[in-house]
Amino acid sequence: MKPSYQKAWFFVLPVLVLVAFNALIPMMTVVNYSVQETFGNNLFFWQGVDWFEKLLNSDRFHAALGRQFLFTGIILAIEIPLGVAIALAMPRKGVWVSVCLVLMALPMLIPWNVVGAMWNIFTLPDIGLLGYFLNHVLGVDYNMTQSPLAAWMTIVAMDVWHWTSLVVLLSYAGLVSIPDAYYQAAKIDGASNWAVFRYIQLPKMKRVLTIAILLRFMDSFNIYTEIFVLTGGGPGNSTTLLSIDLVKIALGQFDLGPAAAMSLIYFAITLLVSWLFYTLMMRNET
Amino acid sequence: MQKRSWVPIIYILFLMLPIYWLVAMSFKTTGEILSGFSLFPQTWTFDNYRVIFTDPTWYWGYFNSIIYVSLNTVISIIVALPAAYAFSRYRFLGDKQLFFWLLTNRMAPAAVFALPFFQLYSAVNLFDTHIAVALAHLLFNIPLAVWILEGFMSGVPKELDETAFVDGYSFPRFFTKIFLPTIGAGVGVAAFFCFMFSWVELLLAKTLTAVYAKPIAAVMTKTASSAGYELGLLAAAGTLTIIPGAIVIYFVRHNIAKGFALGRV
Repeated sequence: MKPSYQKAWFFVLPVLVLVAFNALIPMMTVVNYSVQETFGNNLFFWQGVDWFEKLLNSDRFHAALGRQFLFTGIILAIEIPLGVAIALAMPRKGVWVSVCLVLMALPMLIPWNVVGAMWNIFTLPDIGLLGYFLNHVLGVDYNMTQSPLAAWMTIVAMDVWHWTSLVVLLSYAGLVSIPDAYYQAAKIDGASNWAVFRYIQLPKMKRVLTIAILLRFMDSFNIYTEIFVLTGGGPGNSTTLLSIDLVKIALGQFDLGPAAAMSLIYFAITLLVSWLFYTLMMRNET
Repeated sequence: MQKRSWVPIIYILFLMLPIYWLVAMSFKTTGEILSGFSLFPQTWTFDNYRVIFTDPTWYWGYFNSIIYVSLNTVISIIVALPAAYAFSRYRFLGDKQLFFWLLTNRMAPAAVFALPFFQLYSAVNLFDTHIAVALAHLLFNIPLAVWILEGFMSGVPKELDETAFVDGYSFPRFFTKIFLPTIGAGVGVAAFFCFMFSWVELLLAKTLTAVYAKPIAAVMTKTASSAGYELGLLAAAGTLTIIPGAIVIYFVRHNIAKGFALGRV
């Protein structure tokens, strides 16, 4: 049990001040805008909760929210099992481990707009490697700027390319922490591969997997730059996820009130889901 | 184990394909790119790189990015160290609530903060400075650094602290001479993640800068749209942004797997 020591607050004070400066002041600005209407010239009028009511009843918001949940759902369903499978197949020892880890981590260190630009170049129908291969070798009609389905498959492929490695790294760390004795005991008992996975490896990875899901949920829910550069939210509105719609309203149309209200609802949803994950994680720990 | 080793190899090939294409594109002339498909550059050209290395708006983009990313990493680690120590060693009023509140900032969508950040940093006269971007990125990097470091510190037995104090070490001396070296791998991993998230973030960095502190990623988007379809130049600039990340990851390659395993992350 940790001792109680109130002066520990002084240790956290710098963190508190710096994060509060960045979090509280902007948040108050957003709350302020969300209840007012502006016609420019710094003239603001009290609006109450009108923006929230309008937003919660707007089809545009529902559509963006739906697309957002669909996207997050799809990439979690692909990245988590795929990441675990790759981590299981990785060698445990030797020089290849470092090589594998370095190469796998590379996509995560590329600036997000470069990721978008890179996938754009990669998928151009006639001169991109993937686009050319699909159109001219496989004979599939693939054009991201015209077909919503192609656009969706491309953004999903991009996210899988970008972030599966995070799941691999975390799962791998969980796997290498299992002592050899566990495997030897399983071998003596004649356990099948599945039994080893289900009763030894999976329980050991539970903690890191929770973190992986939490991080992937938060980051995919907030995704903006990559998709904006790749598809610009199109064709039509088909890949306009929440952040893209939000930036369109806030910086494109400069509708500060609705954008602020949308920000708050958006943040509240992320917070709620993450809090559920977090409490589950903490409960498992004790 | 041997028969399954093709899975990581195929995965790595999949990861390398778009990167290969970007690098190959950066050595092609604009004419070759637009004239049709070619797997390798037919006529190698270094013109795209020459443009970047001779034009100050391009290469200053790289310096700007590296300056604010380094500032951010250093500040994040320095303030996160004592905080993580407090969370791992003591209970205090509101500690759990504070920890969760810190994490919520990691969850905030950057798009939500773009406009208020612009107004805040304009109001305090820091707009278009490196320190503004470094400070803004603290929003998500400090919580992450505290989270990672707290995990590593909790893995160090309390007896280490107690023995040191009995031996007559003052707190600052104990922290710098004994404690820091013990959690060295953790500091490395935390610094790596701070570097990574600050390096790859663009929305806030772009919002908070105009000329003097403009990050390379923002220079790229502007050039891509204003100069039409200069794919070769874009590809060369993109290729160069991969290099700093690759260098950093090379240094922490041993600590990454170990770091995750030891720490709570």
